[in-house]
Amino acid sequence: MNFLSQLYFKFRRMSKAVQLFLLLAGPGLIVMIADNDAGGITTYAATGAKYGYDLIWFLVLLLPVAYFVQEMTVRLGAITKHGHAEAIFSAFGPFWGWFSLIDLSVVNWLTLVTEFIGMTAALSIFHIPPILTLVVVIIIMSIIFLVGRYWTWEKITMAFCALNLVYIPAAFLVHPQVSDILNGFIPSLPGGFNNQLFFFLMANIGTTIAPWMIFFQQSAVVDKGTKKSEIIWGKADTFFGALFTVVVAIFIVIVTGTVLKGMDIESAAQAAQVLMTIHPAVGTLLAIGLFDAGFLGAICISLASSWAFGEVFGWAHSLNNRIREAPWFYIFYFLMIITAGMVLLIPGAPLVIITLFVQVIAVTLLPATLVFLIILLNNKEIMGEYTNTPLQNFVSYTIVTVIILLSTLYSLSAIFPNFFK
Amino acid sequence: MFENIRDIIKERINPLFSREIGKLSAINRKYAKPSIKITRGVSIVLFLLRLYLIFLVILLAYKFFTLIQR
Repeated sequence: MNFLSQLYFKFRRMSKAVQLFLLLAGPGLIVMIADNDAGGITTYAATGAKYGYDLIWFLVLLLPVAYFVQEMTVRLGAITKHGHAEAIFSAFGPFWGWFSLIDLSVVNWLTLVTEFIGMTAALSIFHIPPILTLVVVIIIMSIIFLVGRYWTWEKITMAFCALNLVYIPAAFLVHPQVSDILNGFIPSLPGGFNNQLFFFLMANIGTTIAPWMIFFQQSAVVDKGTKKSEIIWGKADTFFGALFTVVVAIFIVIVTGTVLKGMDIESAAQAAQVLMTIHPAVGTLLAIGLFDAGFLGAICISLASSWAFGEVFGWAHSLNNRIREAPWFYIFYFLMIITAGMVLLIPGAPLVIITLFVQVIAVTLLPATLVFLIILLNNKEIMGEYTNTPLQNFVSYTIVTVIILLSTLYSLSAIFPNFFK
Repeated sequence: MFENIRDIIKERINPLFSREIGKLSAINRKYAKPSIKITRGVSIVLFLLRLYLIFLVILLAYKFFTLIQR
């Protein structure tokens, strides 16, 4: 009897902890899952098609990379109550502030165009015309944005995050060999270290951390009203988000690594189209997943820009504000999504060039954003007891150096395609 | 009707935009002095970031013009 009551007590305590976590979770999970956007899905699909399960171990390494960078934004947001754009202006002056803000809005707008490309490509598999996809998506994005409060927005977005799990049943449907998958967790360099493999490793690193993620999560932490005492929950939220994103990435690799191994895949939509001919159910799930990825990316990216501008210009910029209370915040958001969507309707629009330049322009902002983050997290006057510890600094310096180096090389390979061939 | 539209632009929209543009210089003034202490290490890092940016901008401009020339 005593044993049963103890068990019940433990269960109650656990369930309360889970309930509290679900209440406080949000920014970390959303930012990490939205990181698996249309571009990310393409990278994982192409990696699986090219190398099968051989690079799964590398995807596992991306978990600490994503966690340690994003965890810093939780602490910074909760302590300063400022978004990243405002923090840069305040700490480093107008030159770096304007540079970050303008670069962020350009790269976010271009990325938004690529998300719309992903969404329209995914639904065109089901013979839905791009114009209809664009109109419906913009309407749904507007409704989600206008529902009222941050909390409602967050929970609706988290429901869309759950849709990201479609890759798991897709992986089961293709009946992979479990022993082969387990072998993928053992580090190996398929075909030896060559330029092509290096390109794929860079692409996977490049898709793990994007500038908008840092701006988004810090602003979301502020808008949510995360307190100092809740930082631990913010960290847990970020960790589970990173875990979720890596698990999804692995399942995408399993799908394409099982069915499309040896193929050169240029986009996730192409992978879904090919899969529709081999295994229609899996192709359908991949297309749904791609649409959802583009949709989540679009929601978060457009919001990251609106928050950043609101912070700097002093506009009311919370999802808790109604349109009348924060007109510029909402105007900016709608301008972003409508103009980005309209680009796809322009006949002969340079979509390939946009996709190419988005990687390169993102790299102009990423190093500065990461360096500013580390400098701010090491400032005792700002962070107090939440300053980076020597161990956190060692890990974050290493990660940031690797990210800057690899993403720069990746952008070079985008500018000069023969650079690594 | 057109006069009405012109009046609306003149009376409502123009001041709204000029107020927002005026904010730019206010923002510059507000953040003119960095709030953190710019140590030697920080200024070296910021200098290196500027060099890195100049390098990337040159590459981007080169790529942009070679794409246009094609």
